[in-house]
Amino acid sequence: MEDAEGRDPSRVDVVVRVNGDEHALSVDPRTTLLDLLREKLAVTGPKKGCDHGQCGACTVLLDGRRVLSCLALTVAVQDRAVVTVEGLGGDVAERLRREFVRHDGFQCGFCTPGQLCSAVGLLDEIERGVPSARTENLEAVPVLDGGEIRERMSGNLCRCGAYANIVRAIAAARG
Amino acid sequence: MRPFTYHRPPDLRTAVAAVSQDPDAAYLAGGTNLVDLMKRGVLAPSVVVDLSGIGDESVDRCGDGGLRVGAGMRNSDLAAHPDVRRDYPVLARALLAGASEQLRNVATVGGNLVQRTRCVYFQDTAMPCNKRRPGSGCAALGGHHRDLAILGGSAACVATHPSDMAVALVMLDARVRLQGAARARVLPVAELHRLPGVSPQHETVLEHGELITSVELPPPSGLPSLYRKVRDRASFAFALVSVAAEMQVVDGHVRRVRLAFGGVAPKPWRARTAEALLVGVRADEGSFGRAVDAELAVASPLPGNEHKITLLRNVTLRSLLELAARS
Repeated sequence: MEDAEGRDPSRVDVVVRVNGDEHALSVDPRTTLLDLLREKLAVTGPKKGCDHGQCGACTVLLDGRRVLSCLALTVAVQDRAVVTVEGLGGDVAERLRREFVRHDGFQCGFCTPGQLCSAVGLLDEIERGVPSARTENLEAVPVLDGGEIRERMSGNLCRCGAYANIVRAIAAARG
Repeated sequence: MRPFTYHRPPDLRTAVAAVSQDPDAAYLAGGTNLVDLMKRGVLAPSVVVDLSGIGDESVDRCGDGGLRVGAGMRNSDLAAHPDVRRDYPVLARALLAGASEQLRNVATVGGNLVQRTRCVYFQDTAMPCNKRRPGSGCAALGGHHRDLAILGGSAACVATHPSDMAVALVMLDARVRLQGAARARVLPVAELHRLPGVSPQHETVLEHGELITSVELPPPSGLPSLYRKVRDRASFAFALVSVAAEMQVVDGHVRRVRLAFGGVAPKPWRARTAEALLVGVRADEGSFGRAVDAELAVASPLPGNEHKITLLRNVTLRSLLELAARS
């Protein structure tokens, strides 16, 4: 089916930037960012857990901030920078990787790509002074203790229950 | 998901015109609720008008000392805004009590206000639901009641409004600015949502195509305030009950008070009966209890959520006692 200008209205041309690479694609507008990454671009770090925004396994960074790729339509995030666990770089991500291994911050590993992306976002939020529900003084700079880490990571479930070690790993990576 | 045509208009005026002229069109803001409901088949717009890149994400101080917040502002950005943290801490607290940081980073202020109930029977297309399919019945009445309303429900619908932010906004007497195809108007947030009555499919007074463009907060009261939320786990869960409150006590008596409840009604519930009884009384547990009991006298709980009355009463008493101590 084509419109008057010869375009197929059931497809949308987009340019998406994933881990530094630009992809020019024609997508069905129903395609979520998670499905685009996994099914079209073979970027399989982000996982499809619940697919309803409740588990955090699909967490990626969008323009540097953590978001759920299962609830983002590809068409709505065109032209923005997507970083998945495969594209995490820099000192913070490297420290997090090392501390997750050192502290045994996972068992099966399914939630780990989302946990790592989320933790990178979390540490950036601390740098920016973003408060959480656990922050006692809203006008002070938040201090990243165990309670803050648990609150700020509550959007990432781990069915193996590696939570205690995930908290230790993030605390150690923060230094 | 039903196929849809995607539009990305260049500005809000074009967006409002596009949605207004098509009864089957829907706005897409952050998408954290809409995309989920489209996946579940609960909502199936044939046209989606994306507000990405054109939403108003600005925050300005008003001439009267209030704060104007663009409806495209992200929930996380609003909670972290220095003016909100300093002057409207109850709003920051309510925002931070909702969802997870991944969701708050995307969800907008406007979208938060018009998000749909998380009633599981509304979200399950295999179940009858008067809100999703008018006239089909209500599976919730004969189902699990824990998440349902104790105030303001009807025989057709007992779903609760899920927002934390809206409870704080209603307590603060905030207003919403709306843009329709033909006119703009301003409404108190307290008048934005409707009670279900016989037509629970109509959740707000918005006309089709009318868009929330900003939220306006009155000048800060400077009074001690709090947002207290009780839920089934410590974080990332909707409220069983929540309380937004501020109070001023002078010489042991209540001089000013504002009180709103979340998780217990189809809309953010401003407790005006309790407020009227509180003004002038001695700031003690007995007076607070009588005021809350008067507010809850009209409650009609279901067999599975009677506990919410006790829970809400206790949380409100604790909140008022804390505010009295801080006043």
